Amino acid sequence: MPLSVEKVERAFGGVRALDGVTFTVGEGEVHGLIGPNGAGKTTLLNVVSGLLRPSGGTIRLGEHRIDGRPAHQIAARGIARTFQNIRLFAGLSAAGNVIVGEHLVRKAPLWRRMLLLPAARAEEKAALDAALLVLARVGLRERAFDTASALSYGEQRRVEIARALARSPRVLLLDEPTAGMNAAEVAAVEKLIREVAAEGRSVLLVEHNVRLVMEVSDRITVLNFGKVIADGEPEEVARDPAVIAAYLGADT
Amino acid sequence: MPDFLLAYQSLFAFIGINGLLALSVYCTLCCGQLSLANAGFMAIGAYAGAILTQNFHAPFGLAILAGTILPAVFAVPLGLPVLRLRGVFLAIATIGFGEVVRLAFVNWDYTNGALGLVAIPQKTGLWTIWLALAFALYVLGRIRGSRPGYALEAIREDEPAARTMGIATTRYKVSMFALGAALAGLAGVLEAHLTFMVAPNGYGFSRAVDMLVYAVVGGTTAFYGPVIGAAFLTLLPELLRGGGQALGLAPGPLRLFLNGAILLAVILFVPNGLASLPAAMQIFRPRRPPRSAALR
Repeated sequence: MPLSVEKVERAFGGVRALDGVTFTVGEGEVHGLIGPNGAGKTTLLNVVSGLLRPSGGTIRLGEHRIDGRPAHQIAARGIARTFQNIRLFAGLSAAGNVIVGEHLVRKAPLWRRMLLLPAARAEEKAALDAALLVLARVGLRERAFDTASALSYGEQRRVEIARALARSPRVLLLDEPTAGMNAAEVAAVEKLIREVAAEGRSVLLVEHNVRLVMEVSDRITVLNFGKVIADGEPEEVARDPAVIAAYLGADT
Repeated sequence: MPDFLLAYQSLFAFIGINGLLALSVYCTLCCGQLSLANAGFMAIGAYAGAILTQNFHAPFGLAILAGTILPAVFAVPLGLPVLRLRGVFLAIATIGFGEVVRLAFVNWDYTNGALGLVAIPQKTGLWTIWLALAFALYVLGRIRGSRPGYALEAIREDEPAARTMGIATTRYKVSMFALGAALAGLAGVLEAHLTFMVAPNGYGFSRAVDMLVYAVVGGTTAFYGPVIGAAFLTLLPELLRGGGQALGLAPGPLRLFLNGAILLAVILFVPNGLASLPAAMQIFRPRRPPRSAALR
């Protein structure tokens, strides 16, 4: 289901963090979102996922308008995300975090658990089994029962991805998923992103690792000071003089 | 009944009631909300129950039901706006609510204003209290590990992140606020029919803080922690009564002093509460690391 962002604006006081941002992420497409620090990439993810309200513009998932909706309703429409500054539920285990990620797809009425019905036990086991499968997908099956805060930085990032994937989202927003990862971990994430897209999910990828973005993205949008300065296929964008100027600070 | 139980019957009753109150505070603490409204809800429950049995000669069961449900009904419209506040602001708003309730009863002629209601029929038995406590513990224990239980833990850890998981955080917070109000109201009805009286000043700020101290001292990482805290802080002044008398201290000030000192000690040395002590002291863990770990 395509995610289309149209003339989206967001101001913080006098600062226009997003200034008429427009682009579309197609179904099953990996869409890179790059730009220098402070360009508005994370603000855009916050607006799309509903943590911030846009000051203007429209955001659609398929034909449904989602801009300005509460975050949990946007999540229910099928958008999942990770965070740049890892935001796991630190007191829960890795599996517990993924089970929280299953919240929307898990059917487990509380009254059944209160009455000690066997169905409740089966539902809990199903939830845990599903969580372990997703953790296996990011290579963390062995660490499932470790507290999230005890995991390494790269492992925590992978748990965040697993938590977002747990409910089979239509659109996955990744905010610098490979920051702080070693080369092997980056390669694993790259493979995972390709697999997720091959399942027909859309991926919006904010990433500072330019090589990874160029490799994995079908399209790339470049932001600078809240404005789109380039949008196109990776090769086009890489040659764009405005992009080169924004990244290298050359005179234009 | 054994002599021992008979002699300390009221003490055991108050452990149960304070346990319920501590659990009522736990309801909001377990999803990261610091609410001090529960003394107000306790007052609403106590007055509702007492009016029913005293003025309308209603059966005690009905009074319990009304005293439990009515505070929860009040809690929903109150919770919707105030739970938007965070941390200390929520605490201040809920203290305000508690004072409003107290002053409303002080100025209500129907309930004798500041004097309150007296000669309420004594209907609460020890077993009623402990059954209520067991029921509350069961409900809270079963919530843990359930789908709503995970949602509550997520809200406590990181509310915005929980929202992006599709958790309707407001609904969960208001529900737990109402459940806490119901438990506080239940404790209120039971206490009113145990001590024969209700008076507005019994439900003031210090009562609200007492409940919070029970929960914090006992610890809120485990659902039974608050009950341990309540039992400990209810028993302790009795155990130390002899010592206090020898030092020439009146029991009232001694209790306040002890509560304060214990709260400080717990926050400094056992931040997760008394319920976490066994794990912290490694009573249930092997003292020596397993062999494989020693090789590293």
